Amino acid sequence: MTSLNTHSDPLILEMRSITKEFPGVKALADVSLRVKAGEIHAICGENGAGKSTLMKVLSGVYPYGTYTGDIVYQNEIQQFKDIRASEHAGIVIIHQELALIPELSITENIFLGNEPTKRGVIDWAEARTRTTELLARVGLREDPDTPIKEIGVGKQQLVEIAKALNKSVKLLILDEPTAALNESDSQHLLDLMLGLKGRGITSIIISHKLNEIEQIADEITIIRDGKSIETLNVKADGVDEDRIIKGMVGRTLESRFPDHEPKIGEVLFEVKNWNVGHPQIQDRLVCKNSSFFVRRGEIVGFAGLMGAGRTELARSVFGRSYGRFISGHVYKDGKELQLKSVRQAIDAGLGYVTEDRKSLGLNLLDDIKATTVSANLRKISRHFVVDANKEYAVAEEYRKSLRTKTPSVEEGVAKLSGGNQQKVVLAKWMFTDPDVLILDEPTRGIDVGAKYEIYGIIQKLANEGKAVIVISSELPELLGLSDRIYTIFEGAITGVLNKDEASQESLMRLMTSARKTASPSGTIQN
Amino acid sequence: MNALKKLFGGNTRQFGMIFALVALIVFFEIFTEGRTLTSGNVINLFNGNSYILILAIGMVLVIIAGHIDLSVGSVAAFVGVCVALFIRDWGLPWYVGILMGLLLGVAIGAWQGFWVAYVGIPAFIVTLSGMLIFRGANQFVGKSNTIPVSTDFQYIGSGYLPEIGPQTGYNNLTVLLGLAAVAYVIFSEIRSRRTAKALGADVPEAWVMVLKLVLICGAILYATYLFATGRPGTSFPIPGLILAVLILIYGFISSKTVIGRHIYAVGGNRHAAELSGVQSKKVNFLVMMNMSILAGLAGMIFVGRSTASGPFDGVGWELDAIAAVFIGGAAVTGGVGTVIGSIIGGLVMAVLNNGLQLLGVGADLTQIIKGLVLLIAVAFDVYNKTQGKRSIVGMLMKNFGRSSEIKADETTQTKEVISRGI
Repeated sequence: MTSLNTHSDPLILEMRSITKEFPGVKALADVSLRVKAGEIHAICGENGAGKSTLMKVLSGVYPYGTYTGDIVYQNEIQQFKDIRASEHAGIVIIHQELALIPELSITENIFLGNEPTKRGVIDWAEARTRTTELLARVGLREDPDTPIKEIGVGKQQLVEIAKALNKSVKLLILDEPTAALNESDSQHLLDLMLGLKGRGITSIIISHKLNEIEQIADEITIIRDGKSIETLNVKADGVDEDRIIKGMVGRTLESRFPDHEPKIGEVLFEVKNWNVGHPQIQDRLVCKNSSFFVRRGEIVGFAGLMGAGRTELARSVFGRSYGRFISGHVYKDGKELQLKSVRQAIDAGLGYVTEDRKSLGLNLLDDIKATTVSANLRKISRHFVVDANKEYAVAEEYRKSLRTKTPSVEEGVAKLSGGNQQKVVLAKWMFTDPDVLILDEPTRGIDVGAKYEIYGIIQKLANEGKAVIVISSELPELLGLSDRIYTIFEGAITGVLNKDEASQESLMRLMTSARKTASPSGTIQN
Repeated sequence: MNALKKLFGGNTRQFGMIFALVALIVFFEIFTEGRTLTSGNVINLFNGNSYILILAIGMVLVIIAGHIDLSVGSVAAFVGVCVALFIRDWGLPWYVGILMGLLLGVAIGAWQGFWVAYVGIPAFIVTLSGMLIFRGANQFVGKSNTIPVSTDFQYIGSGYLPEIGPQTGYNNLTVLLGLAAVAYVIFSEIRSRRTAKALGADVPEAWVMVLKLVLICGAILYATYLFATGRPGTSFPIPGLILAVLILIYGFISSKTVIGRHIYAVGGNRHAAELSGVQSKKVNFLVMMNMSILAGLAGMIFVGRSTASGPFDGVGWELDAIAAVFIGGAAVTGGVGTVIGSIIGGLVMAVLNNGLQLLGVGADLTQIIKGLVLLIAVAFDVYNKTQGKRSIVGMLMKNFGRSSEIKADETTQTKEVISRGI
């Protein structure tokens, strides 16, 4: 399939038979990658397929000699000994976790480690002028002196790219650049990538968002289990999402969601006129008079752009663990609840699975069994003494029923993959036996197969008669999973759609405007 | 390899430290020509270090929770001088004095805990201020004088188990204590093995357990022999007894109780703990308060031992306690550490101190050596972590036998799910 254009377009990069081994694991086996000059080349594969490892080999994070195979870049075999060497050659990698310093300004970040000097003193005027130019090139209208922490993730991503441009980049590698961005920021970034392409900069993009890849990539190399499977030419081969998934998993995926027959009962959980203030900024509201309800056995989705206030709503309801509570009522089974602490919320039958597994959901020092019981220690203790036998038995039970892949429940959670970590977090909340379970981005950073399993678990919980709330940035996920979907925009609930009336377009419209729409409570304020 | 690992409980650093401790003892025993493992010296060693070890127990909890306490030396000194004054000026009996001392520790701990937990000031700052405040307070109330304490109060710092029962040539109570310890170790080992088996968890081979028990019991019995055959009037020291009781209590609290779990959870990831319903403020408050109570106890023991309270009691104790905790395997970032590890860490320092003294090495060189030991112990641990967390045993056994490790990081593959078709 690649033979079509190989002769016409010169290659900027060719990675030949790259093999990289870690103790006991072959992360890459004989991987080849051919990137043409001036194209956007996507690398697709499940988590753990070896995409990031390959990019680390390319950028010198794993130096020459720790892998076998050749990197031919601009017609020369390269032997990068560290990141500086690859950057010197014009290869810049932008990682998923941005490498910016929050306290420093945009200018200071862009020129960090590369400061323009005049007689040994930093020439800030020069730096600022150049920053202004660079920001214009990436389409970011911000004062160069603004501290990084004051601009959003989307803009930070642009600063990273400006920083790369400043290093006169020839090959730009973006690892999951839009994972943390909302739709409009993502679109801006994708447009920018096309713009850079117009200026002759080659890009390699790693992304799980297949629609984006389909939109901008010229060629796609698919990696599976540490091997390069195929390279597709998007236009010539007529590639679509299903085709990419087929390559990634090795066969067609009939359905991305398990079949589910909802058994919906009466209203179980209800929040009325919920108002919460921003924790730091005095007059700003993060939840504006929000009202919603969830029925027994129902899976309710919350759609909203990043920063719309979905997590803020969930966490403030969950024992006021976020923001300044102002007013509002919470009812369960028709009875009003006073949830002033997380403990009270858990005792009242609420559970909240955090969006950020590593920083909010898990103690990475703990093992699986300790994590599993950590939200309900009381159930396995007597007179405040933890019964280690019960702990083991409980963890073992959940390991089996959720099919967590681990040698034993005594393994540390830090060693597990994202999907298995999420299963442990789910087990932890299932063990508290909540009636209302709030799941915030339950499948973020999890590969396709584990996602399917997580969906199955969520549906099973709903069928047990629990009220389930799912917050997600992926609209197809919400559409596939939920029975009803609320939309949130700037802290206010802007609408609610039943499964059959919801589509990506209708949701997106409600998510991006404060239009007055039919709402269940009719109390929407603007 | 797994069997050997189990033998030492799997904890790399602790295992390393036990070996280091044994090696140090053997080294000094040889080079001091047998003056290290004599009754007199061992009793001395315990007497002279028990208060640091008591501080290490509190300190490890503080460090696990992610804080630090620099004020312990000053708090100990302040409590010491207050108790000495209570007893001298108010004529209180010794036990009321001790009770007052503990209550004073509660009050000081509540003060420091309040600032750390509820106001949110870093413990480093709060206790740095406490270090100045309580040092000053010690010298203020004691007018920088030495205040002697009565002989009955001195018992908690310099007393020994009494001689009772028939003349056996040994101190009977010490012997009984040693035998009870041996019985407890054997009993608990057998019980935990049985429950592990019942649960279907891996149990090491029988010979491993027997070897482990023989080693531990041998060490206990040998120590018992040393303590029981001291010169007349000495036996197992009272501070050592207090220490042993505290190790048992705090070892149990930290590893087996809900509050213990909560301390580790708050230190490991405060936000995750809070979102799991842990009241982290309460945990932080209790941990800081507990430290001050133990500091007060250590201060009283020291006053009892030195027969008087002085203006420079407890200077530098915080550093010894912190060093013991870090040598014993705790992490600066919190969430990691054990009571028993800290005790071993403290003993390493104590044996080093004592052995160098016996060899006639000056205080100057001793400090240099202690500083290097602290650095090397932690550096070794950091190095191990960067090397993919391979344990020492694992490193030693790398080239023997086959690797039976199962890869933990293995997500369910999509194909499997589809074929399973849930």
